[in-house]
Amino acid sequence: MSYEFLVATAIGALVAGGIYLALRARTFQVVLGLTLLSYAVNLFLFASGRLVAGRPPIWDKGADAYTDPLPQALVLTAIVITFGMTAFAVILALRSFLETGSDHVDGDRVPCDAQDGLADGEEGAEP
Amino acid sequence: MTLADHLPILPVAIPALAAPAALLVMRRHRALAVGIGFAACLAQLAVALLLMARVSGGTILVYSLGDWPAPFGIVLVADRLAALLLVLTATLALIALLHAVVTKADRKGWHFHPLFQFQLMGLNGAFLTGDLFNLFVFFEVLLIASYGLMLHGQGPARLKAGVQYVVVNLVGSALFLIALGMLYALTGTLNMADMGLRVRAVAPADQGLLRIAALLLTSVFALKAAIVPLHLWLPRTYSAATPAVAALFAILTKVGVYALIRVVPQVFGEGAGAAAWAPAPWLLPAALASACVGFAGVFTARSLSEQAAYAVIGSTGTLLIAVAGWSTASLGAALYYLPHSTLTTAVLFLVADVVARRRGSFGDATSPGPAFAGREGAALLFMGAAIAATGLPPLSGFIGKLLILKSAAALPDWGWAWAVILGTTFIGVIGFARTGSAIFWKTAEGAETPPAPETRLDLIAPVLALACLAALSLGAGWASAYAEAAAAQVLAPATSAAAVLGSAAP
Repeated sequence: MSYEFLVATAIGALVAGGIYLALRARTFQVVLGLTLLSYAVNLFLFASGRLVAGRPPIWDKGADAYTDPLPQALVLTAIVITFGMTAFAVILALRSFLETGSDHVDGDRVPCDAQDGLADGEEGAEP
Repeated sequence: MTLADHLPILPVAIPALAAPAALLVMRRHRALAVGIGFAACLAQLAVALLLMARVSGGTILVYSLGDWPAPFGIVLVADRLAALLLVLTATLALIALLHAVVTKADRKGWHFHPLFQFQLMGLNGAFLTGDLFNLFVFFEVLLIASYGLMLHGQGPARLKAGVQYVVVNLVGSALFLIALGMLYALTGTLNMADMGLRVRAVAPADQGLLRIAALLLTSVFALKAAIVPLHLWLPRTYSAATPAVAALFAILTKVGVYALIRVVPQVFGEGAGAAAWAPAPWLLPAALASACVGFAGVFTARSLSEQAAYAVIGSTGTLLIAVAGWSTASLGAALYYLPHSTLTTAVLFLVADVVARRRGSFGDATSPGPAFAGREGAALLFMGAAIAATGLPPLSGFIGKLLILKSAAALPDWGWAWAVILGTTFIGVIGFARTGSAIFWKTAEGAETPPAPETRLDLIAPVLALACLAALSLGAGWASAYAEAAAAQVLAPATSAAAVLGSAAP
């Protein structure tokens, strides 16, 4: 199995999981979904410079060929931005839950067991 | 290199310096922070006007950051379109900041002035950059600042709307990056001018991928511009935001429209293989639907701020009907209508705030309330805003819509465009008349008269914005000529590619 196939499958699985979770109703799951999606995007960006094994990205005396360094710089920028945004989304989701008493993305109060069948012991205790 | 050559970087540098300065002095010397905010906005307006004067003759100013030549370094490109949007941003920022300070909205949180400047930095950078990845970065800068500004003042309604706004935009950013990755993999460049040249050489086997990338990138811009069916995030967000902030947000959707106008002709124009004008067939139906949905929302809105939020969608739809023609005449009409629609929606949000501040507990709900003090002034302002929003004479909306209708007549689908523009105008007139009569003419039985407002200074900002619209109407000849010249420049990507790449162009 080739390297490209493995990377492509991994990106596909991450995107699928990310989309599924991002479409869920609860903010925590949505944040997880967005994180998975951003991992997938970072891998995708990385692969956009073609997958080359064992080659340096910048100048090296002994090297006769190089891998594309630009996608690595792009990924770095993307990681920094998505990390900050994920932290912000987490804090925002927490504040929203504490102020409105609901951790649903659409802000409505829905009985928790109607959503996913989980027991909602500690949530029922929230004011 | 003289100081004047550094002009294109100033719209980004000024707010980037003003924001931390305002942050440092905010806690101890609030008045100083307000002063920094105003000084920075005025400086940006001056720089934008200078830039406009320099590029109006047709020159394209190219600024290489760090003096790295394009396409290897990042360039800022100031042409007519960029200068137009810079002037518009600075004008709108001044009006919104004035309203925020006068109504003391900036005191509801600590970081209003720094966030405001960062917002302007993101906006100015997005309008100036000539690099697609840099466009993404500036999009993120303006989005992060907008999250902060949107939540300014807090409260459950804002937090609820804020969560949706943030999640939607995070997904949008992920899609933007995927599209960028594909385009980089196919063309090996991120410089827009260079990419426009290199898409011609994409291998036949990769044409499908190129088309997907083009459509993905366009849908991201459509999400930012809140085009139907990607508009659902907007009404709740904008009506929940602080009014002065919502007035500034009027330009956020126009960033999406700007990106479409900038990227589609330059990168996906003639000769781009399978991606040539790929978004074009989708744009007109989406624009028609946006206009219909927007003005239907104007008709059914329950509060003035919600009405203003739907007016944003409707006016973007009208704007994009003109953009979808992709001819010099129609794009010129769109670029004349763009400042008008931005300032108009800003006025609507400001008027909603003026009314809400005078009606006590009734707020800006579109139902009969008390006979409040200062009705005459507020009603006149509302009438002015409604005239502007529906495009009736004498304000610039009339000329803008006339230009759009005239240019649309040359298109194959002109029947649809005419029917939707005229029909939505009619619905808009009825909608604004309905809310205006409910708020200003009818009074509810037994409603307690709220106390007179402590200040009438909050009328200044909307009056200023309406004055700008009147000026746009008075100077229509010059403004529409400029808009048409800007459109011609945008639709001739070879000229700007030559200016950006210089001798590097093949």
